[in-house]
Amino acid sequence: MTVDVIALRWTAVCAYDRLEPERGVAALIGGAQVAIFRTHDGELFAIDNTDPIAGANVMSRGIVGTRGDAPTVASPLHKQVYDLRSGDCLDVPGVAVGTHPVRCRDGAVEIGSATDRP
Amino acid sequence: MVGQRFVEALRARDTAGSWRVTVLAEETRPAYDRVRLSAYFDGASAEELSLHTPDDGVDLRLGEPARVIDRDRRVVTTDAGEYPYDALVLATGSYPFVPPVDGRDARGVFVYRTLDDLERIRAHAQNARTGVVIGGGLLGLEAANALRLLGLGTHVVEFAPRLMPLQVDEAGGAMLRRYVEELGVKTHLGAATTAVRARADGRVQGVTLSDGTWLPADVVVVAAGIRPQDTLARQAALPVGDRGGVLVDDACRTADERIWAVGECAAVAGVCYGLVAPGYAMAEVVADRLLGGQAVFPGADLSTKLKLLGVDVASFGDAHGRTEGSLDVTFVDPATRVYAKLVLSDDARTLLGGVLVGDASAYPTLRASVGGPLPGPPLALLAPAGAEAGAGTGLAALPGAAQVCSCNAVTKDHILGAIADGCTDVPALKACTRAGTSCGSCVPMLKQLLSVAGVTQSKSLCEHFAHSRQELFDIVRVRGVRTFSQLVTEHGKGRGCDICKPVVASILASLGSGYVLDGEQAALQDTNDHFLANIQRDGTYSVVPRIPGGEITPEKLIVIGEVARDFNLYTKITGGQRIDLFGARVEQLPRIWRRLVDAGFESGHAYGKALRTVKSCVGSTWCRYGVQDSVGLAVALELRYRGLRAPHKLKSAVSGCARECAEARSKDFGIIATDTGWNLYVGGNGGFRPRHADLFASDLPTDDLVRTIDRFLMFYIRTADRLQRTAAWIEAMDGGIDHLRAVIVDDSLGLCADLDAAMDRHVASYADEWRATLDDPERVRRFTSFVNAPDTPDPMITFEVERGQPVPAGGRVPLGLPTSMGVRR
Repeated sequence: MTVDVIALRWTAVCAYDRLEPERGVAALIGGAQVAIFRTHDGELFAIDNTDPIAGANVMSRGIVGTRGDAPTVASPLHKQVYDLRSGDCLDVPGVAVGTHPVRCRDGAVEIGSATDRP
Repeated sequence: MVGQRFVEALRARDTAGSWRVTVLAEETRPAYDRVRLSAYFDGASAEELSLHTPDDGVDLRLGEPARVIDRDRRVVTTDAGEYPYDALVLATGSYPFVPPVDGRDARGVFVYRTLDDLERIRAHAQNARTGVVIGGGLLGLEAANALRLLGLGTHVVEFAPRLMPLQVDEAGGAMLRRYVEELGVKTHLGAATTAVRARADGRVQGVTLSDGTWLPADVVVVAAGIRPQDTLARQAALPVGDRGGVLVDDACRTADERIWAVGECAAVAGVCYGLVAPGYAMAEVVADRLLGGQAVFPGADLSTKLKLLGVDVASFGDAHGRTEGSLDVTFVDPATRVYAKLVLSDDARTLLGGVLVGDASAYPTLRASVGGPLPGPPLALLAPAGAEAGAGTGLAALPGAAQVCSCNAVTKDHILGAIADGCTDVPALKACTRAGTSCGSCVPMLKQLLSVAGVTQSKSLCEHFAHSRQELFDIVRVRGVRTFSQLVTEHGKGRGCDICKPVVASILASLGSGYVLDGEQAALQDTNDHFLANIQRDGTYSVVPRIPGGEITPEKLIVIGEVARDFNLYTKITGGQRIDLFGARVEQLPRIWRRLVDAGFESGHAYGKALRTVKSCVGSTWCRYGVQDSVGLAVALELRYRGLRAPHKLKSAVSGCARECAEARSKDFGIIATDTGWNLYVGGNGGFRPRHADLFASDLPTDDLVRTIDRFLMFYIRTADRLQRTAAWIEAMDGGIDHLRAVIVDDSLGLCADLDAAMDRHVASYADEWRATLDDPERVRRFTSFVNAPDTPDPMITFEVERGQPVPAGGRVPLGLPTSMGVRR
């Protein structure tokens, strides 16, 4: 078994209070666009902002909800639903969005990105 | 109709495309519904009556009647040329029988069969006051309805001692007569027409009856029966029946093995059938035979159910009790004016037939039970209140071979089979079996069969709510629920989704919850409502300011142009007489609105499931044909209903005269000016499934018009399903447009005061959502591209120039035009 050790660099993007419950925002991390969501219970999730089916940067503007136990977001363009935890599309097999580490530290929302040096 | 059905049946089954079909038609219109002909004078257009579906594989030759059949050469000749055939199907129908009465050539004497006949009647009736219909059968009563709708004092003359002598018995006929006379139609029974008298100028003056009565008349319509149109066959020396009609065997084949005959022109074993259902059955038989099948004409079910002059009339099986030893069970209720009779076998166990007048709701069950055991106690089946129970108990007892849909010969077994194969609702059953697709009278039975088969038709909105939209609306309204969280905690589960959240947002907005993006409501809105603009495929938005009625000053037009230029927006005129500005990024929206709002514009709600526009023609202000100020009314209506959230978008239009330049009949509610007021049409739709709106009320003064629309919209908002346009809402409504009229005109549910108050609240509380956003910096803060770089535009959004305007760069769908067309860039 191999273990990939990935070091993360954390970038603060906004105050936690700036996020509305069950709504997303977009952030620029380096050149990448990340969609960040705060669910009803206060948890944070981050995924790619690009809709993998439509190719537009819109995921942060989707409706947040649940399917079964999964926290979800629906693409605002054609309403495919994605599991916020895994990025898997629950409507189209084989389609997924990338996910990003996200945390709240000292009242700030931070996104983790991989870096070469720990 | 039967010819059209034959073509459809053949084309549907001939998947290999082994037949090329040419249709030679005498009339200049494609096939239309003759059964509902009088609806033409009740607002239905020729298009609505049309039964024709375009088919590239069929060569339809309109206005080109067949003249001669050359059986040796197998060629049909028309005025335009010759058509060789491998198989020839005669579907020439019938022609009206005109009794040999003196004076029948007078001007103003018409037959009643085609839309052209109706046009001629209408033209002649322009200045007429009185009309006489000769014939009190099915066709005669239809014609009487047509004359009545033209505003004529109407008389019906029938030779038999009762109306509809072929279908109903004496007591049923008497009940029918009471209904008909109450509508102002005078009946003269047991009387023959002995002469038609004309004035000196050749116009008809009136008719003399055999009892000596003189009936003055400006219009006379002869509806005394039909005769098979078999001229072509006679010329071609094909054998015909004793009473006319091309003789065919039970495969509908004539004496010439390559020639077939279907419908009213055919005499199956010497008998002609003047009803559409047997004709359809023949069409199916021939389609099957041409593809190598062995179908035979099963014999005709002469049962009929009609709405004549607004009265339900049905007769089925042995309606006259001609079977030896048969028993009658009769139910007469003068109070509700219902007459019903069942004809039973001598042991009272087997249903043989019956007659229903005034209430025919038990018809589908009863007709399907003919020849089998009675599906319940006779009185329970006949009493109007028992119809439901009768249908319920009857269905389970119905034999599998019983026809549920007689128009399309679909049995109970067929339907149960389709349900077993996975049809779980009525639309699926219709698509799969064709049951319910013609007259529709068996649709209630389809629903019952679904529940008999144990299919529960789910009304759940989604996994979070086991309620329909209407139920959620009532919960929110009655219990005063103000937030989604409260609703989902108390009545649902989970945290919602992209289906239920916008529904709840719309319900809260319809019930007047203020700014749609305040508090928790913001998280419920779909992206369009969230950003008060319409998302496009590259993630930019389009902006549509309201231009009420399509009327705009030059100054405002210039402002729109300047805004579009300054923000580099693609600009297009919409179908709703407004201007759409495309390519705005999220962070640009407030600045665009600021410019527009300062110039006096407001949100056009192009993004919402809400009133969009009220289109108008220029109206009497300018137009030399206009009879009312259509622009003024359109502006007033658009300002009244702006911002009204609904289950789906709402479109409207006002036309200033009957030329209908505003295309009001394609709208959810459309208004057409008359000389004395406004005609209101409801339930129209363009789009995916076009539908003309139905005439709902005529010649309304403006105040009544507005109140009627208020109630229509509010009732729709309260009771429609999610994303159900008004067209589908009315079609799905039990009782259809008559029920709708009862609710919002006659106040049958006692709802009107409540609906009126709800609309008054909406009108009083309206506020422009763009201005409300601009007025609050906290609200404006949502409109940022990136939370950590609010002024950085999305670098992925780029444009290129096409025809002088910005469009999304790359990945455009190629037009596929040949280069020689020289599309200018």
